Amino acid sequence: MTPVSSKQYADDVSLLMVLIDTNPLFWSSTTTPFSFSKFLSQVLSFLNSILLLNQLNQVVVIATGFNSCDYIYDSSLGHANQRAEALLQKLEEFVIKDEELNKEDSVDGIGSSLLSGSLSMALCYIQRVFRSGSLHPQPRILCLHGSQDGPGQYVAIMNSIFSAQRSMVPIDSCVIGSQHSAFLQQASYITGGVYLKPQQLDGMFQYLTTVFATDLHSRSFLQLPKPVGVDFRASCFCHKNTIDMGYICSVCLSIFCKHHKKCSTCG
Amino acid sequence: MTDAQVVKRAKYKSSVKDPGVRGILKMTRERFVFMPNDPTLPVRLNVEFRLIKGHKSSKEGSNRPALLNLTQDQGNYIFEFENFSDRELCRDFVAKAITSSGEVGGPTSEKAVPLKDEQLSSAEMERRIKLLQEDSELQKLHKQFVIGGVLSETEFWATRKKLLDVNASRKAKQRVGLKSDMIFNVKPSSDGQSNRVTFNLTPEMIHQIFAEKPAVRQAYLNFVPNKMTEKDFWTKYWRAQYLHSTKNIVAAAAEAAEDEELAVFLKQDAILASETRQKIRKVDPTLDMEADEGDDYTHIPGHGLAIETTKDEMEAQYEPYKRSFLQDINRHAAVVLEGRTVDVETGDTRSVAEALASSKRIELAKEASDGNVHQERLDRITRMAEIEDLQAPRDPPVAPLCIKDPRDYFDSQQVQLGGTRQVKSRLSTSEAYGSLRVYISEIRNIGLSDPIVKPEVAIKVFNVLTQNISSSKYQLGKNPHESILDTLPSVTKEELLLHWTSIQELLKHFWSSYPITTSYLYAKVSRLKDAMSQIYPKLQEIKESVQSDSRHQVSLLVQPMLQALDAAFAHYDLDQQKRSAKSGEKPNGYV
Repeated sequence: MTPVSSKQYADDVSLLMVLIDTNPLFWSSTTTPFSFSKFLSQVLSFLNSILLLNQLNQVVVIATGFNSCDYIYDSSLGHANQRAEALLQKLEEFVIKDEELNKEDSVDGIGSSLLSGSLSMALCYIQRVFRSGSLHPQPRILCLHGSQDGPGQYVAIMNSIFSAQRSMVPIDSCVIGSQHSAFLQQASYITGGVYLKPQQLDGMFQYLTTVFATDLHSRSFLQLPKPVGVDFRASCFCHKNTIDMGYICSVCLSIFCKHHKKCSTCG
Repeated sequence: MTDAQVVKRAKYKSSVKDPGVRGILKMTRERFVFMPNDPTLPVRLNVEFRLIKGHKSSKEGSNRPALLNLTQDQGNYIFEFENFSDRELCRDFVAKAITSSGEVGGPTSEKAVPLKDEQLSSAEMERRIKLLQEDSELQKLHKQFVIGGVLSETEFWATRKKLLDVNASRKAKQRVGLKSDMIFNVKPSSDGQSNRVTFNLTPEMIHQIFAEKPAVRQAYLNFVPNKMTEKDFWTKYWRAQYLHSTKNIVAAAAEAAEDEELAVFLKQDAILASETRQKIRKVDPTLDMEADEGDDYTHIPGHGLAIETTKDEMEAQYEPYKRSFLQDINRHAAVVLEGRTVDVETGDTRSVAEALASSKRIELAKEASDGNVHQERLDRITRMAEIEDLQAPRDPPVAPLCIKDPRDYFDSQQVQLGGTRQVKSRLSTSEAYGSLRVYISEIRNIGLSDPIVKPEVAIKVFNVLTQNISSSKYQLGKNPHESILDTLPSVTKEELLLHWTSIQELLKHFWSSYPITTSYLYAKVSRLKDAMSQIYPKLQEIKESVQSDSRHQVSLLVQPMLQALDAAFAHYDLDQQKRSAKSGEKPNGYV
């Protein structure tokens, strides 16, 4: 995409979209092994190192909230000296706004944050960059996600994944929650990104710099961790059992473990 | 092969490589005798077939020697023949001789008999040889097991009957239909001198006439032989035909008036007419025949055949004697298409006639039994010619939709995934937001932690991330066309594949011999088991021979083979135990 003649925007210039999960219920739950402030400290250091890697590198941070999503930082907008300050300021404002939007007082479990929304925002930003001219950095998306998948967002997330695939934007995922995220596994698999679930969360910074810091061009020379296997096996709709072989409705593609005369999903 | 003896020129060889001694081989039922051409040589043979246990022969090929190997308990006799046909002859003779001597010889050779007596036609032999030549893998297996003595030729092919049967299926018997020639094309041959006209009648023609003209058939059954002889009958028939061919309808009518029997042939066929009526009744009542008019030749007078210029002035009395050319053609076509309905030798005229008549009767009876035909017809008319205005509005058949909320599926799955690990939040949302804000202000006040990561943790993470880079696991699965086999040295790969096919072959025979009912099967199973246990250590060798890097992959490949073999061995041992337990109960050698 970048012309070879361009010296400024070489192929090692990145536009990194970072999606930070700010689900308050996730960060205050007991299973989270380390605090949000520790996490932020490591992520901010990582963002600084990205910006130091190449002068033209650009970082955009989007907060994935419980009720809303918003851009909380864009390195192209100045604040050269007080990046972290500006980011934290915005983040605090975002959290307050997110809380105002909240209607229910208690939620079962830790709920899920609006990954589909932040993914869409990231893709919109990338599209704007694409259209700004022929000279632009190589975009990629990094999801730092902790809360579980929201089944209601399934279609929206899949659509985002496919549009990312179409515009050749890899979605990297770093899952900090206790469970694997099937959505992000598929997102990274489909878009050719890296899926990682760190075991040592206090070494977060090390994971981020080792795996996610390199630009897309250099990535092809590296041996990055590959998923041992994405579990593509489906679960049957009737008993939710994971099955190797089953019956599929020819109309709505629902999966069943036994033969049914009539599809229970589409009738 | 009924000859009591066979005498052929052949060479006797003590081994395959031996140049051999020329001489005469003479075979009788009981024994074979070899006399060398040079009487001074000491290789005179005189062996009884009783001692011969089996025979093998070399494969047929242009540049190969035609060998026949007669096996004995100790040693064997190898003969080379001048050509393959001699060899074939001798082999068949030997096969017979062994069988018969085996029968005489008593139960000792009983085991071998059911297999060795298979008489192969040369065509079948050729087919097998061709199959072996075409399929190198098959040839390898054949060499390994049949020539290696693990399986007999028959056993080897028994599992591949399908391959051999390809030809047999092609020979499917097809019944010959009726000729599409029309009978009236039989031109009378006249000798030109006398006034006599001669028709040649064959059984085939009679059959066709009976099929096409039920009236003639009926007449034949009625008249012959009570009223007239068969010859008279056909004379009359051809006379009628002759009259008809002259197109002199008036003359025909006159003759018919005189001769009652002749009239039968000249008048229109009543049986045919009734059949036609029956058929017309079956035609879709909504079919508009008039609409089709003009589509074809029907509007051309004489149907495009300018033969019968219709004589409109023909009086009504001659009407029955008119027969249109087209009627004949149609009738003939119908009969030919119907095919041969009866399977009677066409030799006997009467039986043909009866068979045809009875088959027709059955058909008619069948139709008559369908009593609701008429009702069906009426239903059909009402259905086809329905008046829409008078019908109740009919909705298209619809199945009610019941669409489930997909959330049901995903939510329940989530619950299942989480299971007991599902952690309830301790805090309400407002508290959670509060704590989140606290965290943010905390970092704003304190700033970034220093150091960001503890060095020990960092090195731990780094090691975890890089430890597998050198492992082969990451080499695999990159290219879907690449398989583990391709990364192995080609010798190992071929060896693995060969072992795999041979194990499959052996297992196929092994399992097919269960349950063991005869002592022959018992011997076969133990033979197979020995062959399989020979492969077992070979697989281990392969596993150990490969480099440590890919050993895991190879063992993954070898594992299923070993498992299959283990299963077979386990079954064998179990069976063996049962067998010995049984024989303990029944000491009288129950097998």
